[in-house]
Amino acid sequence: MNFFDLFGTWLAAGLTVAILSFLYRDNPLYKFAEHIYVGASAAFWVVIFWYSDVKPMLIDRALDPQYPLGEKLILLIPTIFGIMMLLRWFPKVAWISRWPIAFTVGMAAGLALTATVQGYIVPQIKATLFPVVVITKDPLISLWRSLMNIFVIFGVFTTILYFYFSKEHTGLLKVGSRIGIIFIMVGFGASFGYTIMARISLLIGRIYFLLHSWLGVID
Amino acid sequence: MIELLDKLDRRIIYLVIGIVVAYPLIVHPVMPIRVSEEVKRAYEFVEDSLPSGSVILISIDYDAASEPELTPMFRAVLTHAFRKGHKVIYMGHWALGLPLAQKDLEEIAHRMGKTYGVDYVNLGYRPGFVTVMLAMGRELRDIYSSDYQGIPIDSIPMMANIHNYDQIDLIIGFEAGSTGEFWIQYVGSRFNKRMFFGTTGVVAPDLYPYYASGQILGLIGGLKGAAEYETQIGHPARGVFGMPAQSFAHLAILIFIVIGNIGYILRRRR
Repeated sequence: MNFFDLFGTWLAAGLTVAILSFLYRDNPLYKFAEHIYVGASAAFWVVIFWYSDVKPMLIDRALDPQYPLGEKLILLIPTIFGIMMLLRWFPKVAWISRWPIAFTVGMAAGLALTATVQGYIVPQIKATLFPVVVITKDPLISLWRSLMNIFVIFGVFTTILYFYFSKEHTGLLKVGSRIGIIFIMVGFGASFGYTIMARISLLIGRIYFLLHSWLGVID
Repeated sequence: MIELLDKLDRRIIYLVIGIVVAYPLIVHPVMPIRVSEEVKRAYEFVEDSLPSGSVILISIDYDAASEPELTPMFRAVLTHAFRKGHKVIYMGHWALGLPLAQKDLEEIAHRMGKTYGVDYVNLGYRPGFVTVMLAMGRELRDIYSSDYQGIPIDSIPMMANIHNYDQIDLIIGFEAGSTGEFWIQYVGSRFNKRMFFGTTGVVAPDLYPYYASGQILGLIGGLKGAAEYETQIGHPARGVFGMPAQSFAHLAILIFIVIGNIGYILRRRR
């Protein structure tokens, strides 16, 4: 391991311990590590945006003599929008920044409209349109699949009932919506369980780093 | 007893969780890993359905905060792809994650004797992920005229005949947020592309409906999913290694939940 790798490992280990020290109580070491993280991330973003966006897609193209003149002129539009966006810093003309924001919001909404219908609503509705009675060579499998399909259809139907607000939830609608909320709770429970798994995985990653890369006590 | 539970310092819980995570990492207990259907399908597609030399686009949509979950599965999938002789286009929509995973890309490529520009290419990051996704469907060069080092795309041999999604056989995203859903909705449906995802545990439940509807081929969820993929390719690594710690920690949390609920019920009865 060269000097820079060693230095990097010790620095990362020190910052990890500093962040974990928050579990004991808030302290200056934790705040120091947190500020370094925020500062380093912000600096990294600036550099990344310059080298991934502004330089290759605007400056290099504008200065490239082989780049078509027509497309160079188009580059003026994002350049002007970018400058308009930066005017947020000046209170008197900050309102100008709303124009590029409006353009971005409008474009994103337009794109999302078709994508949501085409890529989410229609395929998901299609996925719930399946036979209530499944027939296969094995009667047990047929019964199992049929029950599963009925269960899914029942779950979708009762969950939608829960979100039906045009009529007071009384009588049959109340029963349906109550069943619907059970399905919703199961969904929340699954998400929460996965979240716990994810957080523990992150802890495993950090402890593995400390034990393996820093202390070298495990292979 | 109830008073003791009421006054239990939360730091004791943190300490117990820390110990139950560290202990299995040190003593290495062996635990069986059952491979789920959704991971098996992802594996089988790369293994059996793609002819050698197919082009796989890998999108890194995570950063350091999700590295322990997603890097093990990225390494496993990349190892598998290279082993099968597939070509890899590396890109991503999370700027902070690309340099992080690039270390693994270069290490694995070096270990497996892969050449930059011939077997894999790193396109780097471009902001505005929806625009990038859609523009790549028309002409990749409109967005990526050069790779991450500034080398013109047209001078990279592997990219000579790759212009848009028509020349890409599979998209694999490693997701710590909602970018995976954008891949499905904007690229999967519109360009009819086959794709699967490796996700954090938090994101996995959001993508299960897409798996159930057949919009994605498979789903590798969390460190558990990484362990399953590592098991499938016969290359146990950080995912498999972390599973005992994961199980021990889950067991400890379950015990805490039971104790907490017993304490709650007893206090209500009083």
